[in-house]
Amino acid sequence: MSILGTRVTRTEDPRLLTVGGTYVDDLRIPELTAAARVTFVRTPVAHALIKGIDASAARAAPGIIAVLTAADMDDLPPPPPAPAEGEGPGEGAPLPLGAPWSEPLLAVDRVRFVGEPVAMVISDDSYCGADAVELVDVDYEPLPAVVGFDRALSGESLLFPEAGTNVAASSGQPADPAAFDQCEVVVEHTIVNQRLAPVPMEGRATAAVWQDGKLTVWVSTQNAQISRFILAGVLGLDPASIRVVAPDVGGGFGAKIGADRDALLVAWAAKHTGHALRWVETRSENLVAMTHGRGQRHVVKIGGTRDGRVLAYQLDIVQDTGAYPRMGGFLPFLTGLMATGPYAIPSVHAVKQVVVTNTTPISAYRGAGRPEATAAVERAIDLFAAEIGMDPAEVRRINLVPPDQFPYHSPCGAVYDTGEYVRALDVVLAGAGYAELRAEQARRRDNGDVRQLGIGVASYVEITAADAAGGETARLMVHGDGTATVYTGSSAHGQGHHTAWAMLVQSELGIPMADVTVVHGDTDLIPLGVGTYASRSLQLGGTAVVKAAVDVKDQARQVAADLLEASAADLELDVDRGVWQVRGDPETSRSWADVAAHAGPDGLAADANFTEGQPTFPFGTHLAVVEVDTETGKVTLLRHVTVDDAGTVVSPVLAEGQRHGGIAQGAAQALLEEMVYDADGNPVTGTLVDYAIITAAELPSFELLASETPTTINPLGAKGIGEAGTIGATPAIQNAVVDAVRHLGVRHIDMPATPERVWTAIMQARESQ
Amino acid sequence: MKLTVSVNGSEVAAEVPDRTLLVHFLRDVAGLTATNVGCDTSSCGACTVLLDGLSVKSCTLLAAQADGSEVLTAEGLANGSGELHPVQRAFHAEHGLQCGFCTPGMVMAAVSLLEENPAPTEQEVRTALEGNICRCTGYHNIVRAVLAAASERQAR
Amino acid sequence: MIPAAFTYKRASSVEEALDLLRSGGEEAKYLAGGHSLLPLMKLRLAVPETLVDIGRLPELSYIEEDDGHLAIGALTRHYQLADSDLLAREVPLLAHAAGQIGDPQVRHCGTIGGSLAHADPAADLPAVMLALDATLVARGPEGSREIAAGDFFRGLFETALEPAELLTEIRIPRPQAAGWSFQKFTKRAIDWAIVGVAVQGGNVALVNMGQTPLRAAGVEEALAGGASAAEAAERAAERTSPSDDLTASRGYREHLARVLVRRAIEESRAAG
Repeated sequence: MSILGTRVTRTEDPRLLTVGGTYVDDLRIPELTAAARVTFVRTPVAHALIKGIDASAARAAPGIIAVLTAADMDDLPPPPPAPAEGEGPGEGAPLPLGAPWSEPLLAVDRVRFVGEPVAMVISDDSYCGADAVELVDVDYEPLPAVVGFDRALSGESLLFPEAGTNVAASSGQPADPAAFDQCEVVVEHTIVNQRLAPVPMEGRATAAVWQDGKLTVWVSTQNAQISRFILAGVLGLDPASIRVVAPDVGGGFGAKIGADRDALLVAWAAKHTGHALRWVETRSENLVAMTHGRGQRHVVKIGGTRDGRVLAYQLDIVQDTGAYPRMGGFLPFLTGLMATGPYAIPSVHAVKQVVVTNTTPISAYRGAGRPEATAAVERAIDLFAAEIGMDPAEVRRINLVPPDQFPYHSPCGAVYDTGEYVRALDVVLAGAGYAELRAEQARRRDNGDVRQLGIGVASYVEITAADAAGGETARLMVHGDGTATVYTGSSAHGQGHHTAWAMLVQSELGIPMADVTVVHGDTDLIPLGVGTYASRSLQLGGTAVVKAAVDVKDQARQVAADLLEASAADLELDVDRGVWQVRGDPETSRSWADVAAHAGPDGLAADANFTEGQPTFPFGTHLAVVEVDTETGKVTLLRHVTVDDAGTVVSPVLAEGQRHGGIAQGAAQALLEEMVYDADGNPVTGTLVDYAIITAAELPSFELLASETPTTINPLGAKGIGEAGTIGATPAIQNAVVDAVRHLGVRHIDMPATPERVWTAIMQARESQ
Repeated sequence: MKLTVSVNGSEVAAEVPDRTLLVHFLRDVAGLTATNVGCDTSSCGACTVLLDGLSVKSCTLLAAQADGSEVLTAEGLANGSGELHPVQRAFHAEHGLQCGFCTPGMVMAAVSLLEENPAPTEQEVRTALEGNICRCTGYHNIVRAVLAAASERQAR
Repeated sequence: MIPAAFTYKRASSVEEALDLLRSGGEEAKYLAGGHSLLPLMKLRLAVPETLVDIGRLPELSYIEEDDGHLAIGALTRHYQLADSDLLAREVPLLAHAAGQIGDPQVRHCGTIGGSLAHADPAADLPAVMLALDATLVARGPEGSREIAAGDFFRGLFETALEPAELLTEIRIPRPQAAGWSFQKFTKRAIDWAIVGVAVQGGNVALVNMGQTPLRAAGVEEALAGGASAAEAAERAAERTSPSDDLTASRGYREHLARVLVRRAIEESRAAG
């Protein structure tokens, strides 16, 4: 009886619950005993020229070791030359665009967003560092700020004058108007997918030591190996002289991919000053200097027949990428790739533009481009359904890709591997009691109740392991004492990989989980690996573990044959007991310890690198039930019912946890969170008092329904689950809010659906009737 | 100033700058790093500990305010023989933690809740945890863990 | 995150507290629960040079019945107000409102005196004091004096307290009319009130509709004249000056005031 698919508690927990995790700020190791603190001086002005920096008072303050500015950075290699026309990273590459959009480390002569680092204070401790920061005098000459899509597009004020525009990238072709001319019904609407802050509970943190020609960097990252690569390039060092360690990481959500600008500065400063350094940002810094997410404006145009068939869909995207296009056109590229969602729509077009603004740079945040695609098409489907007077669940049913069409080649260029979209919809509708909900809604409408019910549906498909070509690594060792160690290229920051990989080893080899140690995130121990993002780890990293285990098993068979003086073909591995034996003869059984010891002093070992070459496409349906107080506009989420089908479930406990967390973040986008800037580029929601993170009090318990449609792409049959919850939840809840007040004439409410936004929509609908 | 705080049953005496926050005293002077700093506006609750039996946000207290008092952190919850506290056990059983950063504060808030309200309803648990933010779990399993711990206590 | 440096002093009596504050210079402040002051200091929006910790003065923490009124020591913490059987029986409005402040951790530390002296217009207790016709007792170098709640809140974070004065007691007359209600409208449970209403009998007070808590005089006049809850509530925004900001627009706050006043009056009548 395999352990896979069973409910197993996590091996990570006892330590985390008793002594707590060891995050960068908790490291108490000899290398960092005398570490000085780094505190950044950041610009409070969004767009300005730097006329001068006077750090003399700061340098003289108690406990201050140094104050560094761009003028001190004379020991770095020059940046790589700008790529020739047409030779840069492709549209689909999550990479900075290079000159003229280059981002410096410390600001040189210009700042472009509030929070951009201008100087570094090196101090004995964080308290005197905080004092000294106030003494650094920077002379800013303000420039007109660019905030918002329209102002960016207008080009009246440019962030990068040499570029001549604020449009950093654009691609895609609009549909031939004929595609819509033939539609009986066409609906068009502008929709905002608002800017969010990822807010992992642990902010960014980095510690670094330069000693004897080696740079060691501890960084709160999702990718130690990629971080090493970046550090080598930026600092001009041989990667062999750099060790990157990811200690416990308190959440990432895509915003801790690699090593960002501030982390690179800490590493550089450690080498430059010769001091061991540690930097831990405050939450206020985190809200303006860690990358933000989303920030797209959409014009959706959807057309079809009066009996519910969608024939054409166009999505015009403007991506606000903030002050520096760190991910190039990658996010809207993914949005365009997934624009069609789970629907069989003959004509789908996406047009994409990326603009820079004087705000925090935008990068990946749980879903990274796909929540935007789903939110847009799901609003479009509901607008279409309202226009033709058909139930929105029914419109979905009519248009979902049928199960016999897989692998499905979407008009956007994606190939969906496997799917049972209609079944997912049906399971959720049944599980939610859809008919009863509609009846209750009707009752309240007839009564004119103050508290109205809204039911919102969202069907989605999403792309996981979008960078499948990169693969993932695993090394599995079985030691002479019968225990095993897995060295994984994946890099968990809450996902529970140590538990899941141990389950895979136990399932494959019969070595008990308790005897399996998993190691990740240290480039000295694991030089090759990609890390954890894009919901890739189980399907790539997990499969790599299985591959390595199979390799070990094959080796062990030969060793056991020698040990038992039998023919390899006559042997079996009894996985339940974890022993090798002559088939059917338990008397002959030998333990893994025996076999590994017999193999040699180093036991057994195998390396694997699993590359799929193709991404996978999990899918599902979310249904949200909300109550709207029509006198105040306040929304209460009453129920949230989902199917999130990511193929084979290795650990139901871990998969559910990922779905829960995703739903909460999705609900937060729909109802509460938004990073807001004023016209001068000042962040208005700069602390957790104003940036409304969702708490337990705003959420119900979720109703998760099971569905496993394996992928054909990897031996586990697994797709990624990490981002699916976020992708499905946001539009279901947004649709539910609009649904609650649709009978009052409301067609659309932008997110977040705050009480005032909802009330305003109700008032405006009343006035126009 | 000089102060003495009893932390997890042991006296910690030190001379610290007047402005030292209790959370930094616990982490850097008492050397107990499970309690984390998650924000700077007293919003997130990651720093929650018990002060003389009551849950407090240790980032919003001066160490001086705890002089002569008893502080209990997550490290002090398990009993002397290493047996987990029922709330810790329940968080483990119910998958109530993922990255673990909010967990010590969340567990202490839950311990305090159950002292004051031994048989809370689900809504009471959710409201009582309004000052503790988690970004990973969606709270679903945290709530289950607290209710499970409450049931276990009631059963005993 | 880190407050600017200051000198910490601890008082072991009210007299000592007054002395320490006086000798602490112009930039000295009392530290009670610290949950209004320390957050400001951590963001360096407040930079007092001296803090006088009065948090453990035993003589200022009590809830008692006195001659026709309830007497509450200024250092009584919010959770003690919320858990008090005496208050639940005699002044449930106060017990209930105190239980809605912040979160449990905040309620374990914050004090009624600290909250009132801080005078944040978005705080809950100042409006409750108005609805209860409370009297605040302040002690200064010259002795004690009583200040009616209606005279206490002067402006944004500004009270009638002289720089050297310490709030010592809050006196609440036993309410004549039993009906009460507290309506606190927020986006999230943890948030400050966007708008709030405290009703005790015919007294109607507003949270966050101006720079100070306000009595809804128009509403009270209408009620006294026999108007229905809905009719009286129409006057809720009269002579208020709510802010227009990221959290809510002025028009929306005025609308909320009308809705919440109506609901509060209805609830206060229903319980009776």
